[in-house]
Amino acid sequence: MSSTVVHDFQYESPSHQAQTAIAGMWLFLATEVLFFGGLILSWIYSRHWNQIGFDAGARETKLWIGTLNTGILITSSFTYAAGLAWIRAGNTRRLIQCITVTLMLGLAFLALKFGLEWRDDFSQHLFPAASIFKITGAEEGGARLFFIFYFISTGLHGVHMVVGVALLLWIIRRARRGEFSPLYHTPVHAVGLYWSFVDIVWLTLYPLIYLVGRG
Amino acid sequence: MDLLLPAASSSASEVDHLLLALLLISGAVLVLVFALMFRYIVKYRASSGFDRGAVAQKTWILEGAWTVATLLVFFGLFIWGAELYVRLFQPPPGALKIYVIAKQWMWKVEHSGGQREINTLHLPVGRAIELVMTSEDVIHDFSVPAFRIKHDVLPDRYETLWFTVTRPGTYHLFCTQFCGLDHSKMVGAIVALTPPQFQAWLEQNGTAGTLEAEGKILFMRYGCSGCHGGNGNGGNQSESTVRAPPLTGLYGGPVPLSNGTVVIADERYIHDSIVLPDQQIVAGYAPIMPSFAGQIGEEDILKLVAYIKSLAPERPQ
Amino acid sequence: MNSPTMASTVVEAGQIDGSYLTDGFTIRSWLLTTDHKRIAVLYLASITMFFFIGGIAAALVRLNLIVPEGLLGSAEAYNRLFTMHGVVMVWFFLVPAVPVTLGNFLIPLMLGARDLAFPRLNLFSWYLFILGGAVTLWALFAGGVDTGWTFYTPLSTTYSKGHVVLAAVGIFIAGFSSIATGLNFIVSIHRLRAPGLTWYRMPVFLWSLYSLSVLLVLATPVLAITLLLVVLERIFHIGVFDPAIGGDPLLFQHLFWFYSHPAVYMMILPGFGVVSEIIPAFSRKRIFGYKFIVWASVSIAVISFFVWGHHMFVAGTSLYSAVLFSILSYLVAVPSAIKVFNWLGTMHKGYIRFDAPMLYALGFIGLFTIGGVTGLWVAALAADVHLTQTYFVVAHFHYIMVGGMVSAFFGGLHFWWSKITGRMYPEMWARVAALIMFIGFNLTFFPQFILGYLGMPRRYFSYAPEFQVLNVLSSAGATILAAAYLLPLAYLVWSLLYGEYAPANPWGATGLEWQTPSPPPTVNFIQTPLVTQGPYAYPPPETGRERHV
Repeated sequence: MSSTVVHDFQYESPSHQAQTAIAGMWLFLATEVLFFGGLILSWIYSRHWNQIGFDAGARETKLWIGTLNTGILITSSFTYAAGLAWIRAGNTRRLIQCITVTLMLGLAFLALKFGLEWRDDFSQHLFPAASIFKITGAEEGGARLFFIFYFISTGLHGVHMVVGVALLLWIIRRARRGEFSPLYHTPVHAVGLYWSFVDIVWLTLYPLIYLVGRG
Repeated sequence: MDLLLPAASSSASEVDHLLLALLLISGAVLVLVFALMFRYIVKYRASSGFDRGAVAQKTWILEGAWTVATLLVFFGLFIWGAELYVRLFQPPPGALKIYVIAKQWMWKVEHSGGQREINTLHLPVGRAIELVMTSEDVIHDFSVPAFRIKHDVLPDRYETLWFTVTRPGTYHLFCTQFCGLDHSKMVGAIVALTPPQFQAWLEQNGTAGTLEAEGKILFMRYGCSGCHGGNGNGGNQSESTVRAPPLTGLYGGPVPLSNGTVVIADERYIHDSIVLPDQQIVAGYAPIMPSFAGQIGEEDILKLVAYIKSLAPERPQ
Repeated sequence: MNSPTMASTVVEAGQIDGSYLTDGFTIRSWLLTTDHKRIAVLYLASITMFFFIGGIAAALVRLNLIVPEGLLGSAEAYNRLFTMHGVVMVWFFLVPAVPVTLGNFLIPLMLGARDLAFPRLNLFSWYLFILGGAVTLWALFAGGVDTGWTFYTPLSTTYSKGHVVLAAVGIFIAGFSSIATGLNFIVSIHRLRAPGLTWYRMPVFLWSLYSLSVLLVLATPVLAITLLLVVLERIFHIGVFDPAIGGDPLLFQHLFWFYSHPAVYMMILPGFGVVSEIIPAFSRKRIFGYKFIVWASVSIAVISFFVWGHHMFVAGTSLYSAVLFSILSYLVAVPSAIKVFNWLGTMHKGYIRFDAPMLYALGFIGLFTIGGVTGLWVAALAADVHLTQTYFVVAHFHYIMVGGMVSAFFGGLHFWWSKITGRMYPEMWARVAALIMFIGFNLTFFPQFILGYLGMPRRYFSYAPEFQVLNVLSSAGATILAAAYLLPLAYLVWSLLYGEYAPANPWGATGLEWQTPSPPPTVNFIQTPLVTQGPYAYPPPETGRERHV
């Protein structure tokens, strides 16, 4: 376990560098807000003009999977935060355990979303680019639009989750090599911010997909 | 002002006045900037050794002054441009409506009396003209420089443009929204005639059917009568089994929608009801009307719209 | 006119040894560098290449327009050429140029820092740029794109037969390069300022690049999602911009311009920064109204997010939106006007020298002002109805982008050339090139204002015969302009081999970057500088002074 912390030559001290790295991560997350924000605004705008079709589409989503996944993600943010607290207290073993649990939860989310939910959506002819679509009639256009947004947003979110999973594996690997300590755990902090952000994106998507229009 | 480009519409000379004012203001700013620049590079070049003296201290007064002056001039220009634009936005009642359908790469024009033209538009001078325009494919733009007007023409929507021509003549029509391969060939001629000449032209180029007469035929052919009734009386007739809103007296009147709002049934509303019935459901009716998007071309929709407009003004009890 | 004499210190030929340029000679030491100065040089080579590709496309466009029926004979080729010109110039030259070359090189130096906050991210940013550029060039050369750089739907999503997906993917990738660069700059300016360097002691260049970086970071993601939606719509033949299923082509325009309007301010803000450094240095006087200028940059960045609708005054938006965007567009013009007055105020009572950087800066003021006042024309709603989509708008934005921004880029390149390369460029040739550029530029683009008023539409392969004379004038000007761009390429490359060695501060300018040798060592500063005074600490004019450095 290293007891000295080095910093890059343009910084005054390790804490200067650590704070700068975290500032960079926050700024990166701001760009992601604009990225998803553009999509969500387009969604809201399109729904305004196609409300009946959107709601017809929304009724086809699988509420139980969405809700279960929401619970899984919220829990995973909690377990990650617990891991961060442990390494701040100096306990690498607990850190690794917590990140591993987070990883498992993340993989469960992905399995439910893509292995189960998307597969069902395809088999029920809910993929909007297919010529045969489950909903027909006056509501078809709006429902197809709803599912366009559904697949794009969950797909993009899924891509971000996969990146998150890769980052978790990286953290575990570095933790196993003893690279983190109470004095230095900036990557753990930064990845935690990213993971929680991906969680928050899901929390924004969940009502849009599963709740709005279902009533 | 007619120096370079004819000003052939009632608003053209107003636009030219605005442009002239912009030219004068721009000229004044440029003269000021260039004059100062030249003065300084001569007077204050490094080799002119005279004593510069102290620079002013309270420069924020100067800064504030030229900021405020700039804001005032800009605000004046904004008001001028906006006022004219607002007037150009709203066609006067009783304007002569002519229908334009854009497609890659030509302009199709339909007069209410059924006269049709390609890439040419005959118009009477001295009367407000309202163009109702749509596209069959991509976004185009109907532009007549001599009238100082243009407007984008969108697929699956009606856009309107109005003007009054003030002098007879032939003027350029250009497409000014890049629309693909032959965008630069999508040009034509606006032929402005005196009212008697225009009347004569209409008579010479008339077809067998007016738009509304042809529309009536299509109303039957496409099955609209099946739900809306033989004369558009609504779905309560014995020949239909579906409850659909009546169309007599629809055009120009208010329509309460299922989301609580009320819209006026203009050409746009009728067009969108045929192509995207899902978007605006009439209050008290179920959303069961199928969409005819892709099944009825824009020219046929125009005829249907013309027919529905012609239905008797009084609403049935 | 005085030409500056070199500083009196004799410069040894070995000056370049021990600098960042000689710190490793292998290809690997360049391609895997994390030194911001080397990355800046890598970028300089890349954007020069893109500039010439975009320039050749422009030359062919102007060649075509010599005759009304279109000299190239093929509308398809012409459509692909003007699209190539727009795509390459906007995303692979104008948006990156000053930030990734001068910005990357100078920001740490001006901050008194040894590198940017995230040097490896900086290198990654260059690789993203190269990858995005390669994919885009592949699209353009594999057959091209014919939608214009604006990709309006449904033309781009449904009707175009060009390589839209490939081009969009290339731009998407390059967008992340921009975001990474902007992020790096913002964090560096916040966190790596030398002791004593408060915000109000920073040179205006840093404020300009900070404002630019905020735009890069916040606007580019919207472009990314928009391009993604276009790509998905095109691949799956279904999408949110398709009116046939209830989508909206106007939604594309809102999303696109929400990015693209701030994008044009991304292009010009660094130019403002460069000019704000050159004018004080060559007037030997502190900049006039420092706080007004820096806050003008910030307010331009903020307001620029709220004017995108002025590209849509005839697109079918509502009356209220048009009126709102018009007044906001006038508002955003005010800070730019303030800057012009402040630069003139800086020259007032200065000691002005006319080296090439100053000639470019003066050219910028003139050409930017012409472009800027014509912005007032198109911001006026009723006037825009007549002028939009014509050559008037083309002239307006080229005066700002080319007359302004490219002049500023050349000015900055010459101003800091000695710092970057350790060599002086040949002054006489540089002045000649600057003058030729000014003349060629005006001859090319001024006739286009008139063409636009007369109604000649833009993006036309062939045109009505009455427009020919002005088109020929414009194309003639373009050949002169081309010469003016080739000349610096020639003499700047020459100077790398045969130019005089430069001292640390050939211009006698203020700023931390001039306190290091030319070129600097890899670590920039052996000892972190301590800043005790504001920028532009030239002696006041009334004290009189020596006439040259």
